[in-house]
Amino acid sequence: GMAANKAAKEQKYDRQLRLWGDHGQEALENAHVCLVNATATGTEILKNLVLPGIGAFTIVDGHKVSGEDVGNNFFLSTNSIGKAPDKLLDNDPEFFHRFSLVIGVQLPESTCLRLGAVLWNAEVPFLVCRTYGLVGCMRLVVREHTVVESHPDNALEDLRLDQPFTELKNHIDSYDLDSMEKKDHSHTPWIIIVAKFLEKWYSEHNFQMPKNYKEKEAFRELLRQGILKNENGAPEDEENFDEAIKNVNTALNATKISSTVEDIFSCDLCDNITAQTPAFWVMARAVRDFVRDDGNGILPVRGTIPDMIADSEKFIKLQNVYREKALQDASVVSKHVESLLQSVGKVCPPGYLLIMKFFKCVFIISGKNAAFLRVVRCRSLEEEYSIESVNKDEITSCMDNPDSEMVLYLMLRSIDRFYQQHSHYPGVYDYQVEEDISRLKVCVNSLLQEYGLSVSVKDDYIHEFCRCGSAEPHTVAAFLGGCAAQEAIKIITQQFVPFNNTFIYNAMTQTSATFQL
Amino acid sequence: MHCGKAWDTESMADGDELEKKRRKIEALSEKMAVDEGHVACGGDWDGRWNHLKKFLERSGPFTLPDFEPGTETLQFLLETCKILVIGAGGLGCELLKNLALSGFRNIHVVDMDTIDISNLNRQFLFRSKDVGRPKAEVAAEFVNSRVPGCNVTPHCQKIQDFDESFYRKFHIIVCGLDSVIARRWMNGMLISLLNYENGVVDQSTIIPLIDGGTEGFKGNARVILPGMTACIDCTLELYPPQINFPMCTIASMPRLPEHCIEFARILQWPKEEPFGDGVSLDGDNPEHIQWVFMKAQERASEFNITGVTYRLTQGVVKRVIPAVASTNAVIAAACATEAFKIATSAYVTLNNYLVFSDVDGLYTYTFEAERKENCSACSQVPQDLQFSSSAKLQDVLQYLTESTSLQMKSPAITTTLQGKNKTLYLQTVASIEERTRPNLCKTLKELGLADGQELAVADVTTPQTVLFKLNFTS
Repeated sequence: GMAANKAAKEQKYDRQLRLWGDHGQEALENAHVCLVNATATGTEILKNLVLPGIGAFTIVDGHKVSGEDVGNNFFLSTNSIGKAPDKLLDNDPEFFHRFSLVIGVQLPESTCLRLGAVLWNAEVPFLVCRTYGLVGCMRLVVREHTVVESHPDNALEDLRLDQPFTELKNHIDSYDLDSMEKKDHSHTPWIIIVAKFLEKWYSEHNFQMPKNYKEKEAFRELLRQGILKNENGAPEDEENFDEAIKNVNTALNATKISSTVEDIFSCDLCDNITAQTPAFWVMARAVRDFVRDDGNGILPVRGTIPDMIADSEKFIKLQNVYREKALQDASVVSKHVESLLQSVGKVCPPGYLLIMKFFKCVFIISGKNAAFLRVVRCRSLEEEYSIESVNKDEITSCMDNPDSEMVLYLMLRSIDRFYQQHSHYPGVYDYQVEEDISRLKVCVNSLLQEYGLSVSVKDDYIHEFCRCGSAEPHTVAAFLGGCAAQEAIKIITQQFVPFNNTFIYNAMTQTSATFQL
Repeated sequence: MHCGKAWDTESMADGDELEKKRRKIEALSEKMAVDEGHVACGGDWDGRWNHLKKFLERSGPFTLPDFEPGTETLQFLLETCKILVIGAGGLGCELLKNLALSGFRNIHVVDMDTIDISNLNRQFLFRSKDVGRPKAEVAAEFVNSRVPGCNVTPHCQKIQDFDESFYRKFHIIVCGLDSVIARRWMNGMLISLLNYENGVVDQSTIIPLIDGGTEGFKGNARVILPGMTACIDCTLELYPPQINFPMCTIASMPRLPEHCIEFARILQWPKEEPFGDGVSLDGDNPEHIQWVFMKAQERASEFNITGVTYRLTQGVVKRVIPAVASTNAVIAAACATEAFKIATSAYVTLNNYLVFSDVDGLYTYTFEAERKENCSACSQVPQDLQFSSSAKLQDVLQYLTESTSLQMKSPAITTTLQGKNKTLYLQTVASIEERTRPNLCKTLKELGLADGQELAVADVTTPQTVLFKLNFTS
């Protein structure tokens, strides 16, 4: 029955649930993705979405399977819609509006731009992928993608030692290190120790935190002196003090809001809340209101502390001080959400679970993730391709190194040009290679001239892009298939941060680069 | 692949309906796993290798100097090249597919494991009906039937079950392993195949080793030319030893739910033997995990610790590493590209280490890992052991296991005394362990060891014994 199925699914997806949680999995299973062109690259991307449990997919592909397709494609017979994407764009462009994400693979430039325009207007995310010889390329086109759960790798802790909130201050005050027995002294959390010695330091340094290396070293010495001594005057083994000393560098940093989050707070969407404002911005605004009204310019408390040498009771008590404050702050933020919604005529039941249900979203913005909010905005293809708004600076500065992956981008733009002029890609047939090299060079030069790019493209790359004859070797398709699928999952689950906006992979050198074009 | 219908969002909110539709697609996909209507076996059809031929039959600006465009290279791939894949799991499945579609036909795969349901989110050659069957066997079956002409030979065994005569036969070896020990063993095996003439390695005895590893959204791929480029042991620091929680924390000062779980696993289970005398904890047995989970919860509530869940319990007991299809796809693809380059000289090989992460955007970093001058595996230099003559054998043992450059697991130390082979300490055989245990407390001098004495150390991390030279500091 349903329960048995649920259990089997939990087992099957166990390894990935540990990465994006049940709510991420739910988002994945509610998504409907459209793949345009089931080439080797396309089916590899699809495989990597079907395996983790994508809800539904539709394939649009007008081509007939050929002998060489069977050579590089692990999934032989596809049941595609049988219409070319161009026909759909002609007759029923709204077909594409229903999808969570459209993935376009091996698209000729004209189809790509047409599809891009339709999806940009419909606000449907578009991921363009292409394998061309030993080069892979991805372009993400999404107006605005907000991320609440970015899962940063090395986040600094939120300990508030520079400005302890009342409850934390009271808790620190409840300790008297000087009157403690060795057992308690050695098992006091380092956070308390640093806080206590910071008070000592303040009284001797005009209430200023240790700021530079010299002062931090002096502070560390102060801590060292605080280690208990035995009868012979030698320092005892107090691991908690060792931890305190080790953490001085990061623990004493001023608590402040990052520029990324400040940028989010100063967005127009944050300023003007309307009945149509998406959940992310209503909640971001609520946090901003907290920062300005209740938080003294600081975000709501995160509520977690790292593990540290301490006895169970002391650690749990300290952890609870942070946890309870985080809950308190969260409830204040929640009230801000309610009043914001009220101000635009919406009635939202109180409490976070109900807020989530109200917004039909799988996340809430709270102290836990407020510091790690991210917004990704990609330019449209139109902006990238237009002569007025092409990102000349990025292109020319990257090309200071003539072997930068940027040259591969320029080559891909050039072979698209070639295709427009000659109705085939360069060097597909052996007899074409020689003459296509000079034709391709003409395309490269006209591209550079048209966009006013004073860069030079080495002949080797022109030769290589003829040599490969628009081949789609399987291993390059597979590499891109893995990359693209994960970016798709990021868009769908709204967890982890998507790239912005052009990713180039060079399988010849096993290097890659991301450009914002 | 089946084309799903375009469903509107209303019906998709209905869980039951969705479940039914999903099961229907799964059933259809299962049918298509072994494709109906594929081309007859063995023969190459028109255009089959067109994508590859562009790189093999045409000259190009980035090929290696010894590359000759023509039909011979493709023939070599199809008929002669023998390639070995170690592991048929997350990386292995992808590797087999990638190699098969890149022209490699003579492929062997080694894996001792059987298929588990938790593999199915990424090991795509397996279906739910295959759970319990050996991975190597099922993987080979799938690829052989899907890719006509490809001949994958499975070996449902440990890598240690084979000796030089087996490994020597391959042109290239690609590893998709999930253990550092196994990697080091493979590394050591290929090094043992090397012939040196006047201190210079005979190139014809080098078998390139391509090694891939993944963990969550991170991965790496490296190319090792044993005896010439950095080997696994040269860069052992890149694999830091696993951190275990201190026993005193687990025993008397738990703070995290993990501490409570370890308490149940390490202390309570051996004491209570809940499933019978001598029955050890099996991480794959849900009943065992359930027991640990309940005990961990009890302990947690004693100390007001929150956060013990079944999932966390399983993760801690089995040392689960999160895994997804995408990362394995990326790393296996990079490895297979390198295999293709090595076999064909069509492009310069990776030199020699690629790191990948797609947590925040996509990030790759490529660098040349350097050989370690005195690498215990590939430097041919006897390893130096500096100890005082009054140091105990225990101290030497501790050094062998704890040094970041050696990281041995259970080394067995032997030496030659008065012309006879003597075992100083050996852990892995109970009777010998008991007999040699008193030696641990004896000093090196007491054991009759002299300055400059050679010690031979055997360990699971290497197929060959490692020679050490004792240098007395006092």
